[in-house]
Amino acid sequence: MNSQYVSFKKVQKTYDGEQLVVKNFNLDIAEGEFVTMLGPSGSGKTTCLMMLAGFETATNGDIYIDQVAVNNLAPHKRDIGMVFQNYALFPHMTIAENLAFPLKARKMPTDMIEKKVKNILDMVELGHVATRRPGQLSGGQQQRIALARALVFEPKLVLMDEPLGALDKQLREQMQYEIKRLHQKLGITILYVTHDQTEALTMSDRIAVFNEGVVQQLASPTDLYENPENTFVAQFIGENNQLQGSVEEFNSDHCVINIGKEKVKARAVKVTNIGENSTLSIRPENVVLDPEIGKFDNIFQAKTQEVIYHGDHLRLVVELLGNRNFVVKVPSTSSHNLMIGETISLGWSSHDCHALNAVAS
Amino acid sequence: MHLELTSLPSVVDMQDPLNEDQAKLKQNLQKAERKKRLRSLMLTLPLLAFIMITFVVPIAEMLYRSIDNPLIAKNLPNTVKSLSQWEQQGLPDKEAYNALAEELIRLYQSKSLPPLASRLNIEVAGMRSLMMKTGRKLSTFEQINDYKTAMIKIDKRWNNIEYWGAIKNLSSKFTISYYLAALDFRQNAQGDIVAQPEHRQVYLNLFVKTLGLSALITGLCLLLGYPLAYLLATLPDSKSNLLLILVLLPFWTSLLVRTTSWIVLLQMQGVVNDLLLYVGVISERIQLVHNTFGTVVAMVHILLPFMILPIYSVMKGISPDYFRAARSLGATPTIAFIKAYMPLTMSGVGAGVLLTFILSIGFYITPALVGGRSGQMISNFIAYHMQSSLNWGMASALGGILLLTVLIMFYLFNRIVGINNIKVGN
Repeated sequence: MNSQYVSFKKVQKTYDGEQLVVKNFNLDIAEGEFVTMLGPSGSGKTTCLMMLAGFETATNGDIYIDQVAVNNLAPHKRDIGMVFQNYALFPHMTIAENLAFPLKARKMPTDMIEKKVKNILDMVELGHVATRRPGQLSGGQQQRIALARALVFEPKLVLMDEPLGALDKQLREQMQYEIKRLHQKLGITILYVTHDQTEALTMSDRIAVFNEGVVQQLASPTDLYENPENTFVAQFIGENNQLQGSVEEFNSDHCVINIGKEKVKARAVKVTNIGENSTLSIRPENVVLDPEIGKFDNIFQAKTQEVIYHGDHLRLVVELLGNRNFVVKVPSTSSHNLMIGETISLGWSSHDCHALNAVAS
Repeated sequence: MHLELTSLPSVVDMQDPLNEDQAKLKQNLQKAERKKRLRSLMLTLPLLAFIMITFVVPIAEMLYRSIDNPLIAKNLPNTVKSLSQWEQQGLPDKEAYNALAEELIRLYQSKSLPPLASRLNIEVAGMRSLMMKTGRKLSTFEQINDYKTAMIKIDKRWNNIEYWGAIKNLSSKFTISYYLAALDFRQNAQGDIVAQPEHRQVYLNLFVKTLGLSALITGLCLLLGYPLAYLLATLPDSKSNLLLILVLLPFWTSLLVRTTSWIVLLQMQGVVNDLLLYVGVISERIQLVHNTFGTVVAMVHILLPFMILPIYSVMKGISPDYFRAARSLGATPTIAFIKAYMPLTMSGVGAGVLLTFILSIGFYITPALVGGRSGQMISNFIAYHMQSSLNWGMASALGGILLLTVLIMFYLFNRIVGINNIKVGN
């Protein structure tokens, strides 16, 4: 297996010669891997995808596909399947013609084209729509045809630019499963762009989190969620409570952060010196209401501000250590009858509390 | 199961009030809709009235004029009556001579002969003088017994059936003679429809030429306009806005100014001739204006925005993703452009072509100014008949045929492209 099937090496991109949209982007994608580029809009993820597809040129650096530098290779020679956000199905062609397009461009014999179109339609379970036009299909069907069209010429690499962005929630989840299934079945390499973290977490082998043209962290979904490397990632992936403080004690992996008069024990993820500022990051589901004494190394008193019922859990907004928007998720089976303004006791393990870089404010 | 249920008496009973409710619902809907319709009608009423007065009524009036033919039937009732049995073979009988002579005398004396004579002169050259002369001389005679001999004595032409044929052909209140003339046909003395003599065949060639020139101008506009529209649609906004202003600039200048400036540029001693001479493309000055070439150049320039704007507005709405998708699927830039992009622009091209073509077949001022003799189009002849020959019936018939041509074009276009596919904006 080629672990550098696609690789970006020190890639930079600027449109106006002043501002870098992508700053020093490095990424290796193994053959058959599903990698997602996740980030807020304008973070440079789509630009990276377009550079790989050949629609944008890298200002600096090299892009390799299967060890071959493709910087100066025309898009139609790259043999990359691409799925666009708005499908980009040709409205003046029937579905069959749309699917035959890449095959005709490759000058395949007609009978082979027909066979391949039929096979791919069967694969996405839409054999009955061959003679219709894209406008006559539902959003989900169009999406599946767009996917089929990107796969019909059997590319080894498929790029997807927010392909599910235009679908409703239920359909999106269904399509996520569908894409994952096709990925596993066909063994293709997929580079996927999205700003939806749930989508990224459920589908990917690895996720590259983008912000301001820089990859903040490249890791597996589990790693990304459980061990965010910096404050941006912690904040962007899932929900996180943040507490600002300064480092008081610190050894290789543990530290004590001073917040006001209180001391919080935490895992030292990105602290280097005693005395520097740090942001603590704790997930709402890792905080426990009315902790048993001795079970957690951090126990503090908080004041409830808001209690919201969510069916399977309660969402508490409390004031804790100076943060007035500290969120706690408590199972709704909890016997404790909560009142607003009540003082409650909250506890969490230092293992779930990450000491990260301070947020520049 | 469903059928069984509805056939049960209790279910049928239950459905009746439901139907009543539905009828009531429909009534209410109509009531509510009526108010809305009335309001929208009131809002468009001023425009509707304006269009009726300035557009629909004049057109209807002109079309009526192209078949209207009251003069003969009104002024020569007895002649018309006595000619009704005439087979247009050989001279009419004496009664016809008598009737015509009496009516000529009466008309001459009441001074209402000239318009009638002019009308007949359109059909047969020289008939105006014949009628006037006969009328004048007949009224000087004291007593006439044999009108036929007298009339032939006054002018031998009364011995010729052609002149009688003209009166007979125009004797009904409505006539197709203008349309026949507009298509280079005429009715001969026998009342048959025959082609005009060759030296009088003008209009059919002119129609063909007008259509041909319009097609040429439309084609050139498309050829020049399509790439420019593409450029406008793909450039960044700041640059494309500037270019768009340049495209629109001619709209802010008078049509007359634009046309006359072409005369200045293209004339014998003009800039273009100077330049060509200086570069050495030509050795002596050539005629560039006051001919077909001048008409085509000036009209392409004037009509170009009408081609560019609809195409541009359609192109502007086409996502660049289509082109990219085609490229990523393995199509070369050319193939991607032709297969994936161009078909999407067809609605704009359709609108542009239709607009330019229809505008150009009715174009008047530019061919009139820069067309000279060879660059004239059908509208110039309509104007000629309106202003110089005062043959309004003929002008109306030519206009009617032009209108019909436009409608046929529209119909064909609808069949081929589909009017619903035409987009001027998004």
